[in-house]
Amino acid sequence: MRDVPAHRRAVIAGIGHTEFSQHSGRSPLQLASEASLAAIKDAGLSPADIDGNVTFAMDSTDELALIRSLGIPELRFSARTRGGGGGACATIQLAAAAVESGHADAVLVYRAFNERSGHRFGQPQVAPNPDPAWNQHKPYGLDTPAKIYALAFQRYMFEHGLTNADFGRYTVVARDWASTNPNAQFYERPITLDDHQASRWIVEPILRKLDCCLESDGGVGIVVTRAERAADLPCMPVDILSATASQIEHGHEMFAYYDQDLGEHQEAAAVGRRLYAESGLTAADIDVAMIYENFTPVVFLQLEALGFCGRGEARDFIADGHIGRGGSLPTNTNGGLLGEGYIHGMNNIVEGVRQVRGTSYNQISGAEHVLVSAGRSGLVLGRQS
Amino acid sequence: MIQVRPPVPDQDDAFHWEGARQEKLLLQRCADCGTVRHPPAPMCGTCGSLATDSLECSGRGTVHSWILSHHPTEPDEAPRVVILVDLEEGHRFVSNLIDTAHDEIHNGMAVDLCFVEYATTDGDTIVLPQFLPAGRKGVNR
Repeated sequence: MRDVPAHRRAVIAGIGHTEFSQHSGRSPLQLASEASLAAIKDAGLSPADIDGNVTFAMDSTDELALIRSLGIPELRFSARTRGGGGGACATIQLAAAAVESGHADAVLVYRAFNERSGHRFGQPQVAPNPDPAWNQHKPYGLDTPAKIYALAFQRYMFEHGLTNADFGRYTVVARDWASTNPNAQFYERPITLDDHQASRWIVEPILRKLDCCLESDGGVGIVVTRAERAADLPCMPVDILSATASQIEHGHEMFAYYDQDLGEHQEAAAVGRRLYAESGLTAADIDVAMIYENFTPVVFLQLEALGFCGRGEARDFIADGHIGRGGSLPTNTNGGLLGEGYIHGMNNIVEGVRQVRGTSYNQISGAEHVLVSAGRSGLVLGRQS
Repeated sequence: MIQVRPPVPDQDDAFHWEGARQEKLLLQRCADCGTVRHPPAPMCGTCGSLATDSLECSGRGTVHSWILSHHPTEPDEAPRVVILVDLEEGHRFVSNLIDTAHDEIHNGMAVDLCFVEYATTDGDTIVLPQFLPAGRKGVNR
């Protein structure tokens, strides 16, 4: 456990989000405002109570624009976390650090974009980008995240003898969960492995279209405050048992090809070790896992790195039904970023909170401990003791 | 036909692209402790030195991993094979495997360096280090 007095421990008090869609028809600032206000109300607070914020370095919504939109008088703590979706859980780490250190009392975390109708992450990087890392890859045709990551995933497939159909078994599970989640863009649209195998190649022999997350428009808001304050609010607080992040020396965003074993997700392994040590839990104690998946193979790498199965065993772990309905580790019960929508991983945190609260559309009976992993950051959520 | 999105070299990696023009595969090396670092960076993470020279690679290597990128292929006309090469000097390098039937490609296959001049998307040309199956002579394009 963190060495923080009980009254000052951070909890997630509020969650909110817009609908997840392919065309929101409104500005990212409006999406951020709607999701934030929903989260603030869910926490039983008003905008004037918010005195801190956290978002992604990549988010286009300026803090000043947002607080003007929401009517927040002043932020005394404002921070952003580096990189992309790998940092999703680091937003909660920052918010908790601010609350537990006394730098803020109620922190609004937000992430909003039009990632389908506006700037699409899956499209080629065409703008000149004077970065020695991009320079060493873009001229060779590595111009999209799918291509860039697939070059590492192929090594994992080779080492353990996987085929693309093995990855498809994850998609089938995710789409099954999504099929009974009305918030999911693939609500009531489950698929079979044959459907997966019939989808076109994006990067052969690794990724088909149905291995890729669903580019989406939408916004998510989350409010973090002290346990003692949440206890006085009309809300359903969820404990942050641990929150951590990992940025490693040779872990270049997307291009981490050079100095490591491509068959292991080193950051997720480091995150997992700290999450278990701080929460006092083991992988066997986790009731639900929420695992960031821009592409199906990262679920396999994270299941292994987080100790839910051994190295190279994720294929059988998934094929044997562990992550689906009735499994030992229900995973991405909202349908994940492939099935519900890709809000940069933040919607997976929302689902983790719902599982602990007991309010998920796919509620796992008795869910007490939820591990949320974004690869380079992670959380363990738990019931208030 | 392949059209290359060109690099935008800065002070840290200009040497590498100048080397390619002269048909040399140069990796950055610390002039003090000899640590090779790729992609280039201004300071040695091992000893803190700012002094650099370069290692000219033999061009022999094996395929560590590979992809055939289908979508989107633009600005190329057809899918390109991208490989991560284990160079015999012990370093990895991203490049393309050219003039190779797709069913020949496999992890561990031996490859040899060559240099090819391509058109760039901004109307210029660039010389890229490329790879062929080991022992195959000549570039057919």
